[in-house]
Amino acid sequence: MKKPARTHRLWLAYMLHRLSGIGLVLFLPIHFWLLSLALTDRAAMADALQFTAHPLVKIAEYGLVFLLAVHLFGGVRLLVLEWARPVSNRWTDVHKTLAAFAVALAFAVSTLFFLRAL
Amino acid sequence: MTSKDDVLSVSVWRQTDDETGTFQQFDVPRQESQTVLDIVSYIQQNLDSTLTYRFACRVGMCGSCAMMVNGEPRWTCRTHVQKAAVDGKLQIAPLRNLPVIKDLVTDMDPFFDKWTKAEGVHHPSATRHDAIVPVDTTTAQRTIANEGIECINCAICYAACDTVSGNGDYLGPAALQRAWTLVNDERDGGHETVLDAVSQNDGCHNCHSMGSCTHYCPNELNPMKAIAGLKRETAKSWLKW
Ligand code: HEM
Ligand code: SF4
Ligand code: SF4
Ligand code: FES
Repeated sequence: MKKPARTHRLWLAYMLHRLSGIGLVLFLPIHFWLLSLALTDRAAMADALQFTAHPLVKIAEYGLVFLLAVHLFGGVRLLVLEWARPVSNRWTDVHKTLAAFAVALAFAVSTLFFLRAL
Repeated sequence: MTSKDDVLSVSVWRQTDDETGTFQQFDVPRQESQTVLDIVSYIQQNLDSTLTYRFACRVGMCGSCAMMVNGEPRWTCRTHVQKAAVDGKLQIAPLRNLPVIKDLVTDMDPFFDKWTKAEGVHHPSATRHDAIVPVDTTTAQRTIANEGIECINCAICYAACDTVSGNGDYLGPAALQRAWTLVNDERDGGHETVLDAVSQNDGCHNCHSMGSCTHYCPNELNPMKAIAGLKRETAKSWLKW
């Protein structure tokens, strides 16, 4: 049976939050392992960092920073949604706008990061 | 002579046994201002009298006619074909997240059982011997309570919610919104009981605020906002304890 349409903004924000959360869970262990090399094996770390000069890796980093930023801003949006007393009677509209802002802000942060990395 | 525009191609869910079913194809003549419920009635009255469906008021009051229309949960009596049809086609299926009894009729018991489980029932705070206390309709709390009272129990929000599909025991948007209304109703004497009931494992903290309930509620109610209220109140009373 056809699933219900989920193309409304808050559902997409929810799915983005979930995917970015999963992305972070998968990425962070690698990230921390790499950082740990600074203490245990500096030569290996230098090798690994060499690898980050590759343009494909830079693009992947762009994606990761985006995931982190969008999860952070989106998470803060959810915390506001659930924990702040509603002040506007156009509450849903406010949250659709905030969801769009979270994505825009994450996009700005990750693009800045990307441009600096180039 | 009929042109393609005069006929609507409708595929309707038919239950073949307890477990499954299939879509059956019907061609239904188009009429002006036709609703999806009109289409189903036409099929039942003219094409196949064994088709089973449910409705009562036909004016969006009783909440009994909800179905999945082209994949979206809708009140069929107030949904115009013109708005719902895609490329002259209509797919009509029973409401999602509920067991199907036959064809387009779902078993609403799990939905209503959850209203009771969420303590969505009146807890008397006075007896018939007490004087009637007037309710001040202008207070902030009454305004919050009023936001949820137009619910017609149609289960459209319940069908739209992915958290219900993921966890069949989740109380769901309608029951939780009812609970929130009671928590804000000064005439209700069971605020603690309600908060207790909705903070259990399958209660309000399951909600991911994806807002499908609010998006689809035909009465433009906001269960997502009500659930956020419950999350705050239950957390507050937990901290107090
Ligand atoms: C940076 C600050 C962070 C904030 C403000 C934040 C906020 C949140 C919030 C509010 C939720 C609940 C969403 C919901 O109810 O659907 C959530 C879910 C989640 N977070 Fe985070 N988070 C942060 C960092 C992280 C990190 C570093 C990771 C990875 C290790 C992570 C992984 C997840 C996962 C997997 C979920 C579950 C997603 C789901 O159920 O849909 N989060 N986060
Ligand atoms: S906001 Fe909560 S109750 Fe509403 S559809 Fe999403 S998960 Fe379900
Ligand atoms: S909250 Fe809206 S969608 Fe849900 S049962 Fe009530 S009227 Fe129907
Ligand atoms: S028949 Fe009563 S709401 Fe549609």
